[in-house]
Amino acid sequence: MERPNWAPGDVDLERPSVARVYDYWLGGAHNFAADRAVAEKALAAMPEVRTVVLNHRAFLRRAVRHLLGQGVRQFLDLGSGIPTVGNVHEIAQTADPEARVVYVDLDPVAVAHSRSLLSGNDQVSVLQADVRDAVGVLDSPEVAKQLDFDEPIGVLMIALLHFVSDEDDPWGVIGRYRDRLAPGSFLAISQAGYDEGDVESSAWGEARRIYDRQVTQSTFRGRAEFGRLFDGFELVEPGVVRVPAWHPESPADVDEAGYRFPGFAALGRKA
Amino acid sequence: MTERVDQRVREDRSPLDPAVLAGAEAFARSWATAVIGSSYVPMTRAEVAQHLQDLTELLVAALFASPFRTAPGYEIGSRLVDAHFTGTDTLGRTVQLLGDDLLADLGFPGDDRLTSRLAALQGALAAGYARALRERTLAEQEAIRAAVLDARDQAESMLRASEARFRAMFTEAAIGIGIADIDGRILDVNQALQDMLGFSVDEMRQYNVRDLMHPEDAGSVWRLYDQLIAGECDHYRAEKRFHRADGEQVWTHLTLSLVRDDHGEPQYQVAMIEDVTDRHLLQNRLRYQALHDPLTGLPNRALFLERLGRVFNNRAKHSRAGLCYLDLDGFKVINDSLGHDTGDQLLVEVGRRLDQSVSGEGKLVARMGGDEFVILVEGSSGEQDIVEVADRVLTALEAPIRIAGHELSVSASIGIVERQLSGTTSADLMRDADITLYWAKADGKARWALYDPERNAREVARFTLSATMPRALERGEFYVEYQPLVRLEDSTVTGVEALVRWQHPEFGRLAPDRFIELAEETGLIVPLGRWVLRKACEEARRWLEEFGDSAPFVSVNLAVRQSRDPELVRDVKQILDECALPPHHLQLELTESAIMGTADEPLEALRALCDIGVRIAIDDFGTGYSNLAYLKHLPVHELKIAGSFMEGLRAENEEDPVDSQIVATLVQLAHALSLGVTAEGVETPAQAARLLRLGCDTGQGWFFARPGPPENIDSLLRGDL
Repeated sequence: MERPNWAPGDVDLERPSVARVYDYWLGGAHNFAADRAVAEKALAAMPEVRTVVLNHRAFLRRAVRHLLGQGVRQFLDLGSGIPTVGNVHEIAQTADPEARVVYVDLDPVAVAHSRSLLSGNDQVSVLQADVRDAVGVLDSPEVAKQLDFDEPIGVLMIALLHFVSDEDDPWGVIGRYRDRLAPGSFLAISQAGYDEGDVESSAWGEARRIYDRQVTQSTFRGRAEFGRLFDGFELVEPGVVRVPAWHPESPADVDEAGYRFPGFAALGRKA
Repeated sequence: MTERVDQRVREDRSPLDPAVLAGAEAFARSWATAVIGSSYVPMTRAEVAQHLQDLTELLVAALFASPFRTAPGYEIGSRLVDAHFTGTDTLGRTVQLLGDDLLADLGFPGDDRLTSRLAALQGALAAGYARALRERTLAEQEAIRAAVLDARDQAESMLRASEARFRAMFTEAAIGIGIADIDGRILDVNQALQDMLGFSVDEMRQYNVRDLMHPEDAGSVWRLYDQLIAGECDHYRAEKRFHRADGEQVWTHLTLSLVRDDHGEPQYQVAMIEDVTDRHLLQNRLRYQALHDPLTGLPNRALFLERLGRVFNNRAKHSRAGLCYLDLDGFKVINDSLGHDTGDQLLVEVGRRLDQSVSGEGKLVARMGGDEFVILVEGSSGEQDIVEVADRVLTALEAPIRIAGHELSVSASIGIVERQLSGTTSADLMRDADITLYWAKADGKARWALYDPERNAREVARFTLSATMPRALERGEFYVEYQPLVRLEDSTVTGVEALVRWQHPEFGRLAPDRFIELAEETGLIVPLGRWVLRKACEEARRWLEEFGDSAPFVSVNLAVRQSRDPELVRDVKQILDECALPPHHLQLELTESAIMGTADEPLEALRALCDIGVRIAIDDFGTGYSNLAYLKHLPVHELKIAGSFMEGLRAENEEDPVDSQIVATLVQLAHALSLGVTAEGVETPAQAARLLRLGCDTGQGWFFARPGPPENIDSLLRGDL
């Protein structure tokens, strides 16, 4: 069986990593030649890849700000990746220095980087774990140290679930997180996907093939499948929408392309 | 001209001039549009616009500042990077937009001086941007490389910790662990294995795994080993003995596992060896205890049955076997009178004598429990072999046994079975030996008895009959036949004898001699007799209704046990009542012994029956022992002379004078006592004629009619025959 490159203990710089490729597209330099080569190849095939990535990252910012507005002060960021600019704790602690965050990622380099970046910030912990192992994550000392499960928690799965295949049962995984959350907690998800009637351009198809082959396999989910991820949550307005259309900060953020954006976002509230 | 205008601008319009500000705002908007989307900037679009507006104002201030300095341009470039405008196109677009639009937006298109100032600021901005981006990139590269190192350190320290843990597990494990290469060369053994086998690591490394072969190893151990080494199986478990360095043996549970390399090729073998010597010895002791009688030390029932089973499984080796099933006679008396302790000592001595007298290959003496012992002889050649064994045993027990001052004489009864093993089972053998032991007891004890299949068949049939009789009565398998009693004088049918039959589903039609005795033993005779009586009375009533005065009485046999049944009189009265049969239409037949040998009570019952008018007949008269003096006082109406006396009267031409005289005497005796006489077993006309001549009143037998269904009597009475 092919081992996914984000398997634990894997510190192979010759192989592209999801987190570092993502960082490159965001304009960061936390990456290596192998990461940049793949990222550039995908960009060459489909320049909009960068827009897509920026939009997921912008959704993270909007979702966290929205949750802060709802009084949420605890965040569990699953699949947090390389802590580039605009991190959850930066946003949250700007609003409230007491806000607490746990970052979870499987990539040992991303985790090591996060730890060094966050050393001295007592309100934030970093956990190296497979987010699919919900029980392992929830029972970890890092989570126990930061999060109070009697109070609302914002669980974030930003640009994550297209790396979790149906065989890995994302619905079941989410259910195990959900069952531990206090009422009033939130789940924010964005992931790649097409709507019914969308036609994937050949350029997009090529970019996706490069990524699947050289970085990791992805699973796109349609609007209905995506909506089912929120089983047990009440969707916050406007429900399931294309990523740029979720509470845009400016009408200019949602141009014509925004309505054909290949990915969905939504925020759900546990009743 | 341009200079003048320029002067005017500088004098009339400060950087805070509203028109300039509006121009700066317009430029900032264009700038935002140009650079947004080339990298991630953690700001809203409005925040970005504000940020660029601030930078634009800084730039405008620098443009008009006196003295003119390029430092703000440098700062603006740096601040762009700080805000993460790090996309590859950002700088190019910014510089181009500044050159193309800024002065026009501010309202100073074509102002040479401002143009040259702007060019200087653009250069500074580019330098500041490049410098900041380079620093940021280097910092991030450094950070990510440090992270890689950290991650590697972490992974390596985990690996080291994991290795240390495994090493500790190997070293400290209580179970023996050894590793060898695929050729069997031993590479490492842990302390537990060194202790177990008594060899050091260095000594063990001299060995090949195959040197550890033990002569008692099951063939499968090394066959599986070969398969494992060949990569055909990945692990196996086995029980295995090892030689220790000191020459002792170790019993172990061995688990051998194959370790493969990255390509799946066999690379190492790992043995996990658990010392189970103590458990093995304990099991042996427990097994011995489980299979031996603690009192006598002889094999117990379990071991005996195991051995017997093995005899049957090895029929190829021996085709025959024999059993002596032995039981002490009167052991209970000894136990009860002298105490269990004495009884136990007696059993110990008996066991010892049995063991001594029977020792030898293929013979096993076992105590089955209580005072029962069994001797198994494998490979016997015939019954005589076993009889000899039984004789030896009986002889061995003859000498008195002295226990606690008592001289005890014991004897034993022995059931012997000896036979071919094919066609029988161990259970058959045991059961037959048990039955035969019972026969030896029944035949008088202190002896052996040989199994006899015919005797067994008879007893089985008897047992089957007596066991099935109660159900037979419920299911209506019994029925009654009638044989006429004929007045010799005029051949009139005066009575009929009711004779019970059993239509057995397995054995067919059974005559009373096959089952009446059994019914007497089991007590079923009482309900059976009552049923026959009722059946006969019902028929008698029917005849009475149909034939009136010429209807016969029914004569029903009364067994000994019935005659002593306290309910007899009540039962008879009740049946007569229910059938509305006048009592003189019923005759009860009893044997001499039933009447003569009885105490007062049954006799009173007969008197009571006699008093209400029931006739009483003595059946088979002359074959038992009759007290003739007593006879006079008995409530009897009829004597039935046994058929055996008719033999001499049978032939047409000559008669046996003795039989003839006996019959004549009996007839006279009956008549002297005012009793009627019926001759049974009349089979020829000559007999009938002679009986008539001798004065006999009534005849019964095949000459007149065989027993048959009641309809036959109907025909006779109608004169159809």
